[in-house]
Formats: sequence, structure tokens, C-alpha cells
Amino acid sequence: MPGCLQIDGLRFLDWEPISLEVSASEIVGITGDSGSGKSLLLRAVADLDEHAGEITLDGQACASIPAPQWRRKVAMLPAESRWWSETVGEHFVSKDSSLVEALGFGIDVFGWEVSRLSVGERQRLALARLLDRGPEFLLLDEPTANLDAGATQRVESVILASELPALWVSHDGAQLARVASRQFRMGARRLEEVVA
Amino acid sequence: MSVFAVVRLSVLDLALAGSLVVALAIATSVWKLGVAQTMLVAASRLVVQLLLVGLILKWVFDRADLVWVILIALLMLTVAGREVWVRPKRRLRGWWGFGIGTGAMFVSSFAVSVFGLAALVQADPWWSPQYAIPILGMLLGNTMTGVALSVDRLTAAAWDKREVIEARLMLGESGVTAIGDMGRDALRAGLMPVINSMAVAGVVSLPGMMTGQILAGNDPSDAVRYQILIWFLIAAGCGFGMLIAIRLTSKRLFDERDRLRLDRLRAG
Repeated sequence: MPGCLQIDGLRFLDWEPISLEVSASEIVGITGDSGSGKSLLLRAVADLDEHAGEITLDGQACASIPAPQWRRKVAMLPAESRWWSETVGEHFVSKDSSLVEALGFGIDVFGWEVSRLSVGERQRLALARLLDRGPEFLLLDEPTANLDAGATQRVESVILASELPALWVSHDGAQLARVASRQFRMGARRLEEVVA
Repeated sequence: MSVFAVVRLSVLDLALAGSLVVALAIATSVWKLGVAQTMLVAASRLVVQLLLVGLILKWVFDRADLVWVILIALLMLTVAGREVWVRPKRRLRGWWGFGIGTGAMFVSSFAVSVFGLAALVQADPWWSPQYAIPILGMLLGNTMTGVALSVDRLTAAAWDKREVIEARLMLGESGVTAIGDMGRDALRAGLMPVINSMAVAGVVSLPGMMTGQILAGNDPSDAVRYQILIWFLIAAGCGFGMLIAIRLTSKRLFDERDRLRLDRLRAG
């Protein structure tokens, strides 16, 4: 069963230490004003920024395995997706068609040119690209920020169908109420649980 | 073997040639380009530096002492290393930046020069300053330009496309892989001038060293052979130097946890 993430005394910049446990297949929502450091928290968990404290996945410490291997397990979806090759397909490893179909694309999407994608298409395909690599834990930074209602629903159901545990950053309180079992709020350099 | 006697240049000849530069400086100041002063300072530096080098070289050639050749070679390397370090718009902080460029040039230019001198030219002794200093100078000069150009490309790309690099890191790629495309682009950009120069040598441009030898009264076919040798050495020195510098700079842009560390760069 993938993913019990344990964050123990995580510190970055001058924040108060953060401790948090996400159990298998649980989604934890994180809200907060822009600039409150939500993305920084996800980056630290993905080991993209320097930090103190220990993070473990299924008992395996982040520092005990090479960083690329950690990031393949604990995968982060940034708010804005970036692409480097010409076609969509070049960014995928397994090219599993069921994934892109669930997000509303045809199998021909792998031949599309990245430069002709809309912002919303890019965002949905970035999620497909991430799940395609078989992660064990998701760090989602505003995964539906640029999407209309229909696309938002597709993305939510694809993430839920993956049954992967996640930290889900969103501005949309209603969305977090739908997908997350617990919610936390970032502000004033600390993370506080929101009691429903 | 000299085909004809060398025509010596008088001080008056040089002064007349210099007056052309003065005329150009006046023309640019009429057009308000604001470069007249810089140009005249540069022209004066050229005169002083070359006269000094002429004196030093004459002194070293007369002594033909290996210690002096090594000292001059190290001085040339240090100056070239500093140039490579400071020229890119964004450069690595601290000793790393200086060390990577200088180290890359030391390994490539020195090794290729020693190979060219000891195995190919085979003067007696092989390190004769008449051969060693000009050959090393040409290699260092070209390698310096190539390394500076390619490192500048790489650090500029890393700075501008940091989000692309981090997107690839987030997908579990190593730092070296994530910046790989940019490293290849940088190497291509650095190698292009070398390849182009070889392709048009003799057709569009007469290489400087060959021109010099011919003007100095040498047989053109001898001059051509030396020029071919020099170009091969330059291409090898330049190429391997860039490979080393790009590889090390790419590595230095990431830490041991494969995080992109742009804080290790600073603006020119």
C-alpha cells in the first residue's frame, strides 16, 4: 500500500517547525493567502529547497536515498507546468492512453506540439505526465487553477481514482472540502489545522 | 628558408598606421558614438603591451631556460583563466568559477600544446620558447574565447529557464540530466566558431599566423603546414576545454541533493 508520509520538525527559512502525518490514501488540504509559503512547503517536502527536519515515506527517510529517487516517489505538480521537448509524447515514459483519455484527450495527444497547447491543456497534461511515472505520493500545487468546471471535475476524479495520498494546495475551500479529509491553513509562518 | 629579405617597419610606418585609428576616433566623436576615448586607450594599450611582450620574449628566447618558459606559461594561464571567469554575464561565485575555467584550460590547452610540441614539432629542445610560447598562446587565446562563450550560454540558460530545470527535477531527473539539453546547446554554440573558421580558412580568411610567417619571409608551403597543425591543436584544445568546463559548471549548479543552486551564480 503506497504512502504514509511523515513530516517531523520540518523547517525552512524562518518558519516554525512543521510536523504532519498523512496516512495511506489520505488527502490533506492546505490553504492560505498567496505568498504564505504553501508552495515552499511542497518544495521542501520534494527536497527541492534546503530544509531541516526529517521526512519519511513508508519509514524510508528522504535523506537516505538519492534525491531523484525520492522525487520519483514524492512527486510534485507545480502551479505552472513547464515543457522542454517539441511534442507532448516526448515528455511521457509509458504513454498509458487510459490516463490521458480520463483527462479528456484522445490518444493522438502524444503527437501534439507543446507550443500549441492552451494553458488549461498544459495543466491537465502535466498531471498525466506526473502520474505516468508511477509516483507513490503527490504534492499538488493548485492543480485546477486555470481550468473550467468540467476540466476541474475530470482532474479531481483522476487524482481520486489514483488512490494516492497527497498534500493538496488550493485556494478553493469548497474543492478541499470535496477531496480532503483534513485541512490545514498556512499563515504567520506556521501551519495550523482547520477544525471543521 | 627565406624567399626574400624581410622589409623592416620603421617607427614612422607605425605612426602613420596609427594616424588611421586617430582619424577613426575623430570620426566616431563627430557621430557622438562615445567610444573615441575607449578606442584610443585600447590602441595605446596595444602599443605598450606588445612592445613589452617583445622585450620579454627577446629576453626569454636569449636565455632558453625551461623555468622561464613554465613561469610565462603559468602567467598566461592565470590571465586567461581570469578572463574566462569574469566574461560571462552570470558567473559562479568564489574560487569555483576561476578554478573551473582555469582547470579546463590547463588540462586541455597544456596537454594539447605539450603533445604538439613534443610529439609533432619536435624542436630541440622540445620546449624551445620560440615554439612553446606562441603555440600555447594561440591555443589559450582560442580556448579562452570558446570556454567563455559556452559557459556564458549555459549559465544564462540555467538562469532564464530555471523553471524548466526544476520541472524536470520534480519528475525525478538528476541535475545533470535536467540541464543536459542546455549543456549541449552551450557546447554547440562554443564549437561553431571553431568549425566555421576551419571551414573557411584560406578561402575567406588568411589565418593570422600564416600571414605573419609569409610576411616574415617564410616559404608559404611551410607556413601552411604550421597553420594546419595549429588549427588541429586549437580545435582539440578548444573542444576538450569546453567539454570539461561545461561538465563541471553543470555539476556545480546543483548540490548533493540535486537541487538547482542559482544562488551560486552572481551577475557579472
